[in-house]
Amino acid sequence: MARRVLDALTARFGDAIQSTSSDYGDEVAVVRRDKLVEVARFLRDDPAMAFNLPCYCTCIDYLGLEVLTVRPTSPLAVPSVPARPVDDRPRFAMVYELRSLVHKHRIRIKVPLDENDLVVPSLSELWPAFNWLEREVYDMYGVAFEGHPDLRRIYMYEEFIGHPLRKDYPKERRQPLVRREWTDE
Amino acid sequence: MAEIKKLVLGRREAADLDEEQELPTELMTVNMGPSHPAMHGTVRIVLTVDGERVVESDVQPGYLHRCFEKESEHATYTQIFPYTDRLNYISPMINNVGYAMAVEKLLGVADRVPLRAQYIRVIVSEISRITDHLTCVGASAMELGAFTPFLYFLKFREWLFELLEELSGARLTYSYVRIGGVAHDLTPDFHERLTDLLARGEEVLVEVEAMLNNNRIFRDRMEGVGPFSAEDAIAFGMTGPCLRACGVDYDIRKDYPYLVYDRLEFDVPVGTTGDCFDRYLVRIEEIKQSMRMLRQALRDIPAGPIILDDPRVALPPKKETYNTIEAMIRHFKHIVDGIRVAPGEAYSFVEGGNGELGFFVVSDGTGRPWKCYCRSPSFINTQTVSRTISGHLISDIVPIFGMINMIGGECDK
Repeated sequence: MARRVLDALTARFGDAIQSTSSDYGDEVAVVRRDKLVEVARFLRDDPAMAFNLPCYCTCIDYLGLEVLTVRPTSPLAVPSVPARPVDDRPRFAMVYELRSLVHKHRIRIKVPLDENDLVVPSLSELWPAFNWLEREVYDMYGVAFEGHPDLRRIYMYEEFIGHPLRKDYPKERRQPLVRREWTDE
Repeated sequence: MAEIKKLVLGRREAADLDEEQELPTELMTVNMGPSHPAMHGTVRIVLTVDGERVVESDVQPGYLHRCFEKESEHATYTQIFPYTDRLNYISPMINNVGYAMAVEKLLGVADRVPLRAQYIRVIVSEISRITDHLTCVGASAMELGAFTPFLYFLKFREWLFELLEELSGARLTYSYVRIGGVAHDLTPDFHERLTDLLARGEEVLVEVEAMLNNNRIFRDRMEGVGPFSAEDAIAFGMTGPCLRACGVDYDIRKDYPYLVYDRLEFDVPVGTTGDCFDRYLVRIEEIKQSMRMLRQALRDIPAGPIILDDPRVALPPKKETYNTIEAMIRHFKHIVDGIRVAPGEAYSFVEGGNGELGFFVVSDGTGRPWKCYCRSPSFINTQTVSRTISGHLISDIVPIFGMINMIGGECDK
């Protein structure tokens, strides 16, 4: 049961699935961005997959991540996650998690994104839940979603500059909302 | 009569006026602002109304956004517990437990948490679920005009808060759970207090149900208001009592059991139409089921340690900290560096008061997480409000919004 979904994905989409893993009991498939909508549609509509419940979507910013490996003498389990080289990986990764209420399985999809090309097709037509979730990712990370019906900030106020959850946005910065001069706009 | 009409309305032909005349109307934009007695927490709804009927609405959350994720990236794993308390601040224990389980999953120690600690986590989670439902139903009833059930439920809630205050030191922001277990053991008289409380709480439930269940006004305002179909609810990512009221039998405690829920006997109430009255009934029944689970847990809880006995995860006992240098160093490293978690990403989820509460934690090998995302059920459930209220009257927004149980802290993180 565990790898059935991942095997079906790799069988059908071939090299659009860049890698799969099942660490910690979560199935993860890294999907290339151009096939994301097709993969998502397959996951939703195929009766053996039937991923009808969208769980969440978020983004990870890997800027400056230097992975420390825990010493092998540690009694805590160290899974086989390779330390990634700091340089050539894409900076962002979109993470989607879907769940099937029919077959009771779940899957996590990651889409690596480069910071100069931070656009992803929107999944809000397939599952309406992603409407607000993608707005949140846009607000916090600046990822643009193509085809989103209403892409605007959701948590921060409209005049906010920047995207707060990026690693290069300092936690201490304050942007108080100050009255500005009335202009003829 | 025709002459009078002519006089009053000027040169209009009197015959025209025998038919009903449509007065020109225009849509009005009204702000149901962030500070509003019926907006639980702080949410702004910009309504476009045609008279009293809502045509379009724009729900704008974010007034209580306190950067939970950003702060978590700079705090050690144990320091994040107070932040999780303040997410769903009506049922904070469930947030604590959910977050602890996510980190334990990353550490690989999820199945080594002592049994007593698991039972204690279940007990406090169910108490928190009861407080969540009591607040939701009580506040919604009050907004419809029923002030008495609100006070009765708050009285019951206050007893539970007093009990948890004895246990953890705080009425609402407990920070009681730790990675690997819980912080302190149950107080010596916890069993008797809770059993007595449950008995008194059942009487309160009987009283309030007698007041509300067959109350003409309550039913008229709640029944048929905001129905939601099961397919739509699933496509919108709804979980929890709102989804179960639509007829979908999905409860994480049954479908993906965690802690000791697979040893407890309980039923999952499921509604039919998904309207506000069904959500109310589901919540009341869930309170009863939680009380049933609490009785079983109190009966079955074993003696034993309350935190994992692993130097990499737990603080040493205080006696050793003050007397041995190794324990002192271990204590120091825990507080300053945090629990070192192997690099990886994991998502762990529990059944919160409003639905699936999950934590997606990305670790980088240090004692502070690289990312700690909270999948908040209120945020995802609140997205459906805009669609549910369109076509309804403004006064229907109150029960619909109340029964979604949008907790500001969880919605806005």
